[in-house]
Amino acid sequence: MQVLAYLPFYPLISFLLLILLSKRLTWLQASIISVGSVALSALSAGYLIHTFMLTPESIVEAHLWQWFKLGDSDVNFALRLDSLSAVMISVVSGVGFLIHAFAAAYMKDDENFSRFMSYMNLFITAMLLLVLADNLVLLYLGWEGVGLCSFLLIGFWYQKPENAMAAKKAFIVTRVGDTFLAIGLFLLFREVGSLTITDIMSNPDLSTLANNDMAFWICLLFVGGAVGKSAQLPLQTWLPDAMAGPTPVSALIHAATMVTAGVYLIARMNNLFLLTPQVMTIVATIGALTLLLAGIAALAQSDIKRVLAYSTMSQIGYMMLALGAGAFSAGVMHLMTHAFFKALLFLTAGAIILALHHQQNMFKMGGLIKKLPMISSLFFIGVAALIALPGTSGFVSKEAIIAELYSSSTAGPMFWWAAIIGALITSIYSLRMIFLTFFGQYRGTASIEKPNSYLLIMPLFLLAVLALVGGLIALDLSALFISEDIDKSAEPNWLHTVAIATPFVGIVIAYLFYFPHSGKNSANNITENHSKLTLFMQNGLGFNGLYSWLLVKPFVFISKVNKNDVIDQFIKAISWNVVAWHEVLKATQSANLRWYLAMLGLGVIILLAVLLGQMPGELA
Amino acid sequence: MILTQIILVLFIGGFLAWRIELQRPQSARWISLIAIVFSFVLLISFANDNHEIFYQYVQISQLPWITKFGIHYAMGIDSLSFILIALTLFLGLVCVLVSWQEITENIGFYYFNLMASIAGIVGVFCATDLFLFFFFWEVMLLPMTALIAIWGHEHRHYAAIKFFIFTQVSSLLMLFAIIALALINLQHTGVWSFDYFVLQKLSIDSQTEYYLMLGFFIAFAVKLPSFPFHTWLPDAHTQAPTAGSVLLAGVLLKTGAYGLIRFVLGLFPEASLEFANIAVWLAVISILYGAKLAFAQTDFKRLVAYSSISHMGFVMLALFSFEQVAYHGALLVIVAHGLSSAALFTMAGMMYSRLHSRDLSTMGGLFSSAPRMGGMLLAFVAAAFGLPGLVNFVGEFLSLTGAFKVYPLQVILAAIGLIGSAIYGMYLFQQSFQGKVQHQIIDLDTRELFICSSLLLLLLLFGLFPELILNHFQEYSMSYDLISNDVISHDLLNSLSTSQTYVELLS
Repeated sequence: MQVLAYLPFYPLISFLLLILLSKRLTWLQASIISVGSVALSALSAGYLIHTFMLTPESIVEAHLWQWFKLGDSDVNFALRLDSLSAVMISVVSGVGFLIHAFAAAYMKDDENFSRFMSYMNLFITAMLLLVLADNLVLLYLGWEGVGLCSFLLIGFWYQKPENAMAAKKAFIVTRVGDTFLAIGLFLLFREVGSLTITDIMSNPDLSTLANNDMAFWICLLFVGGAVGKSAQLPLQTWLPDAMAGPTPVSALIHAATMVTAGVYLIARMNNLFLLTPQVMTIVATIGALTLLLAGIAALAQSDIKRVLAYSTMSQIGYMMLALGAGAFSAGVMHLMTHAFFKALLFLTAGAIILALHHQQNMFKMGGLIKKLPMISSLFFIGVAALIALPGTSGFVSKEAIIAELYSSSTAGPMFWWAAIIGALITSIYSLRMIFLTFFGQYRGTASIEKPNSYLLIMPLFLLAVLALVGGLIALDLSALFISEDIDKSAEPNWLHTVAIATPFVGIVIAYLFYFPHSGKNSANNITENHSKLTLFMQNGLGFNGLYSWLLVKPFVFISKVNKNDVIDQFIKAISWNVVAWHEVLKATQSANLRWYLAMLGLGVIILLAVLLGQMPGELA
Repeated sequence: MILTQIILVLFIGGFLAWRIELQRPQSARWISLIAIVFSFVLLISFANDNHEIFYQYVQISQLPWITKFGIHYAMGIDSLSFILIALTLFLGLVCVLVSWQEITENIGFYYFNLMASIAGIVGVFCATDLFLFFFFWEVMLLPMTALIAIWGHEHRHYAAIKFFIFTQVSSLLMLFAIIALALINLQHTGVWSFDYFVLQKLSIDSQTEYYLMLGFFIAFAVKLPSFPFHTWLPDAHTQAPTAGSVLLAGVLLKTGAYGLIRFVLGLFPEASLEFANIAVWLAVISILYGAKLAFAQTDFKRLVAYSSISHMGFVMLALFSFEQVAYHGALLVIVAHGLSSAALFTMAGMMYSRLHSRDLSTMGGLFSSAPRMGGMLLAFVAAAFGLPGLVNFVGEFLSLTGAFKVYPLQVILAAIGLIGSAIYGMYLFQQSFQGKVQHQIIDLDTRELFICSSLLLLLLLFGLFPELILNHFQEYSMSYDLISNDVISHDLLNSLSTSQTYVELLS
């Protein structure tokens, strides 16, 4: 399929053009090339899905070239479009297109505009390859490619040391996960003999993997890769720092697309995961813990982007929980709707930040509903979807997840409760964010500049529409995911009511705690809380400190200790010995005749003594 | 005689460059450039006309040299030799180009040494007589020592002497092993021979074979280099002039890998199999130890030097796993590391010429004034940490995937090196090009851009189409080739039907 074969590479061409021509392009030219290339990908995706993906079983394939041979199997540059990757490419190219358009306006005044857009384009190519790959090695190519782009974009404003630091942290932490994934691939190849996804899925001997524990280890290693990319426990620490990047980057990479790669991987390998209920439960547990911890951390943030970052972690936690419970379709559904509403939230936050001259601290905001009514209402739509109010897309997907937890064989009531408490926390921190940002008095000093570029506003509107009605997009993934018939008869009948009511409870709680009631609370009363607990929560519940103490410091220490290579010291010791003996022996060559004679005499005496000692019998 | 012609063109080119420079300044680099391009053309046109070299070992010349000891001037070529010679000549071209403005003193003699060393390396890759091999081995080392000692940086004498002693001591061991091998052959057959193919058919008792194998192994492990024989390398790399570092990292280390494939595994398959466990552990230690030390460095070139130790560990790990997939990986790592480390050292040279410093702690923010340079450095660092799409990834991936079948634990440990390479790679890039702007420098000029982009294009080309190389090693079955080795397959594998027992035997 030609259309499919070209689809991921339009942004790559744009990347090359922008890099080669860089500053010779005007803003308009660079925007047209970069946004247009993503639009081409999006259009191709739309065309393919519209024309070929008529039934859940439809598959479109494109073989580009043979990459290399791996034993008896081939690893190809080949793309494969099925119903799961169709969802993914729609999100990546569609939401990606909107974010690109927004970014073109957002970054207009940056002197390295075309460099920025080129990195964004490269990211889209890598992400499309990741989701379209027909084998796990090509998937790994995309996987590493998005990691590199994430590094480049987080550190886009590289002159600030903390940005460079955040970029490095993101790259290295995810690289740890990537290494797990790589080892998983080695193991999988050893057991199955192929890394082509269809080969693995259709392998008749797959069930033997379950018997000899190998499926357990392979899946566990894949989970290691997934938690790195998707910022789940215990490799979640990089995501909040990644907010150092420009806001469109946070929307595209660290909310809508790249961070969901782990979810995609597990969904893609679902046959393998279904063989090991233990790993499924581990995935569910990771998801549940992450969604709770990230939610708690989000409660204490003062930077609006960090709230959204923790919220992203928490929502991906929901997706993981869904996957772990075997509700793959619901997980993928939430992936899609989350991409809509979280991109909307990030971009509106970006518009606010731009209007306030790069102020991100919510305690320096307030009262924005009067100053920026349109942006505020768009933000409210995003929050409504985030906390899953009925009538939004978030409601559809989140309720679908929660509904499957209680009776799932790999999850259960505990997980259901975790999801409900998580939903409660979600609505509390979301409303706290809203109250701090939009209500009460304006607490900032900077003047507010209303964004007026259509390029900036239009994507927000389209995303808002998607955030509202995106839940109506019917995903039929039945061809990929074997849906187990869960016996739901044992469920108490109040489950659904509780699930739907929870966000409203959260809104009430948030209102009581955080709403700036006029009269009672003047603007001055709303100040940042610097108690130890708040700081602890703000710093992501101490994980940074823990890892720094457990891993980073020992590593740096060890590397500094042996900087001069202890082996080299041994070698130097040998040469030192040679030189030392040379000096000692040289000293005996004094050219002094008396010394030589004395030595000669001494030598003769010693020799005689030895000889005499050896022949005692003859003398005696 | 084609190989002899290539070597002669290089050597005479170097000699002419030396003599003519005295009369006509600035001519040496042009003569060297023309000589290398000409020899490259010779090689390509030869390969174009003789496709059989990709399927079997082809003896090119066989002339009696020292008849009393049965020593011949014998040369041959196959895919392995061809690829390494092509790599050598290409990097030779890079060497001449990076020296274009860097060398200002004693220019003619410098190019003579450079060309002589390249000629020696080409000889090493195609000698089939062990004595001749040893001869070329020395020919390549002496001019290299001179390059470091005369045109190097501040501690050049120390580095040159260290390099010289390390390589001489190790090649002495190899010389003993060669002579012992010839003597054993004399006992068995009654005639002197240093011919590779004759000696290969020799059956030696396993104890002796093991010791002889060790003699060769140590010589090549020093060259590779492998832990614990690596300490010459950081000093030599750091102190050598840019072209010296490029040649050292790009090709000279590959002679170690070549020696392992051709001689250690080729002549002593059983002893190598017995030794494999130790070698694999040495490889794993090299990978991790090199990566760890690379991170601790503040000197640009020293960091890259330690990273070389780490990367060449993958080659040794792959070779001693005796797996087809891993063997292909080792071949690709050889090419990949040749290109990427050469590129990094080229980069180091370009930065040194602007900043007169290799100290990373004084650099920072160079990206603002030299974005093209930054982009190139990032690409080369990405190659070094194994970004898919560049050839290093395919090499490391195949090495590890193949070796995993036999040595799972060791491969898992080696995979930690992948994290290590990301750490030191990012450290290198960020220290120099990101952070607060410390210096303003001039961006790459046309010549430098040409060097960098041609290296990058090759890294990409082989990264996306590794079959361009691996194709030549598919149905390739030479009697002593590692994979289809008759000795292994007859004496060992025949009795062991499954790979399972093979694994047990190894561990």
